[in-house]
Amino acid sequence: MAILVIAEHDNRALSAVTLNVIAAASRIDATQIHVLVAGSGARAVAVEAAKLASVNTVLLADAPHLEAQIAEHVEATVLTIAKSYSHVLLAASSQGKNLAPRIAAKLDVAQIGDIVEVVDADTFKRPIYAGNAIATVRSVDPIKVLTVRRTAFDPLAAQDTSAGLEEIAAAADGNSAQLVSRTLATRDRPELGQAATVVSGGRGLGSSQNFKDVLEPLADKLGAALGASRAAVDAGFAPNDAQVGQTGKIVAPQLYVAVGISGAIQHLAGMKDSKVIVAINKDAEAPIFSVADYGLVGDLFEIVPEMVAGV
Amino acid sequence: MKVVVAVKRVLDYNVKPRVRSDGSGLDLANVKMSMNPFDEIAMEEAVRLKEAGVATEVIAVSCGTTQSQETLRTALAMGADRAILVETSAELQPLAVAKLLKAIVDREAPGLILLGKQAIDDDANQTGQMLAALAGLPQATFASKVSVEGDRLIVAREVDGGEETLSLPMPAVVTSDLRLNEPRYVSLPNIMKAKKKPMETVTPDMLGVDVAPRLQTLHVEEPATRKAGVRVPDVAALLGALRDEAKVL
Repeated sequence: MAILVIAEHDNRALSAVTLNVIAAASRIDATQIHVLVAGSGARAVAVEAAKLASVNTVLLADAPHLEAQIAEHVEATVLTIAKSYSHVLLAASSQGKNLAPRIAAKLDVAQIGDIVEVVDADTFKRPIYAGNAIATVRSVDPIKVLTVRRTAFDPLAAQDTSAGLEEIAAAADGNSAQLVSRTLATRDRPELGQAATVVSGGRGLGSSQNFKDVLEPLADKLGAALGASRAAVDAGFAPNDAQVGQTGKIVAPQLYVAVGISGAIQHLAGMKDSKVIVAINKDAEAPIFSVADYGLVGDLFEIVPEMVAGV
Repeated sequence: MKVVVAVKRVLDYNVKPRVRSDGSGLDLANVKMSMNPFDEIAMEEAVRLKEAGVATEVIAVSCGTTQSQETLRTALAMGADRAILVETSAELQPLAVAKLLKAIVDREAPGLILLGKQAIDDDANQTGQMLAALAGLPQATFASKVSVEGDRLIVAREVDGGEETLSLPMPAVVTSDLRLNEPRYVSLPNIMKAKKKPMETVTPDMLGVDVAPRLQTLHVEEPATRKAGVRVPDVAALLGALRDEAKVL
């Protein structure tokens, strides 16, 4: 049976995370992968998806009421086709996590969240207890509904193939939420979840002004996304969506620079899969040094400007 | 308007989880257990709605072993009016809990069901969404602000890259994110008062729900640890290492 991947997009372009999800799908079974694009005026997204390697068919459900991609409507649309698949895969993003359990519940099957490894078609590894343990779980259900942790699967290489594109009917759920407004932060720097380099600040920064004056120049110089520890977010130094950690974003960039972050378990769970970790902290005993490839003990207010000058 | 709040008993968030050496799971013997922090936030929100005169009755529900009574007593001390324990010693997975909660929702007919966005043990982040789907109710997950305007619920929610606001007809299901509120500390008088509040016990059988697990946990292991790195003396050495050794600059 084929595998269905639910594409993530903004009706204009495919979100890069979908490439990681397709990569996970191809680990299960690369013979038949279908991608569903549910949206409004989203044909360009479907055309983009049809060019990806491993994708056999793209299904487009295009209707005005799908514009905001409210979970209730998308779920109803997925349900019209889900039973012809062995697996339904989504990203473990805020959108995927919002939607996947609904699909699973309507199919009366378990949902397996945040998978980090495909063992076989029924068996998967996923982190539990904030990443302090990894569970290997096997589903006994006929359809597996999975969300995929993007950092665990390298994105599919782009390939100029051309899969078939079919239109399917969009379904609606009469009793759904309605979108009032959506404010997405303007992106003058790379998105946190996708950046090759992340510069993160903690309570050691001391203020939101220092976050801006000290950390931003380094992020600018490195072309990095800006992250923050929960302590820094709670203290109001950085916005909520900058939080890296178990309850925030899970990131795994090529380079992660932790500045003034002590390294609570909660934070480590969100960044410990980064390729290279640099820690800058005045406390030589800070737990962040236990996961850092390169540790520099000292005053961040001297070190960071020196780095900016030296990069 | 009645509000139902689902609360789960989990390993206290301050306790470091220990994986059993035989790979069978976590060692939960003789460790401190508490209400799931996200459920505490959901509970607080319900109590605030009652204090604001929006909610008339707050009902705390927990599914699990007899010990979940402690968690329900905490909910009652926070301000819930009564509690329902769905008692079972069976392993409960999110789909089963969602079915149990749906049975309670059918019986109680609340205007709002509040849950934590996820429990900090299995980190599933599913029960609220599954309940909404099974009960045919609209949902707003990851809520950072909840208000009632007329017959609709207005919920601000945290999404990747920003925030969105939804308007929902009630009844509706809402799951709380970290910043919805800061839960109160329970006072000793309220703990005493909570002991006198009603707590009903039902079983999955009485609710007509099959809770058989759909997932088998084959093995639980410690995550791979990173190799300890090196300390560099100064910025020049750091940049040199990043350039020449790690090749990330």
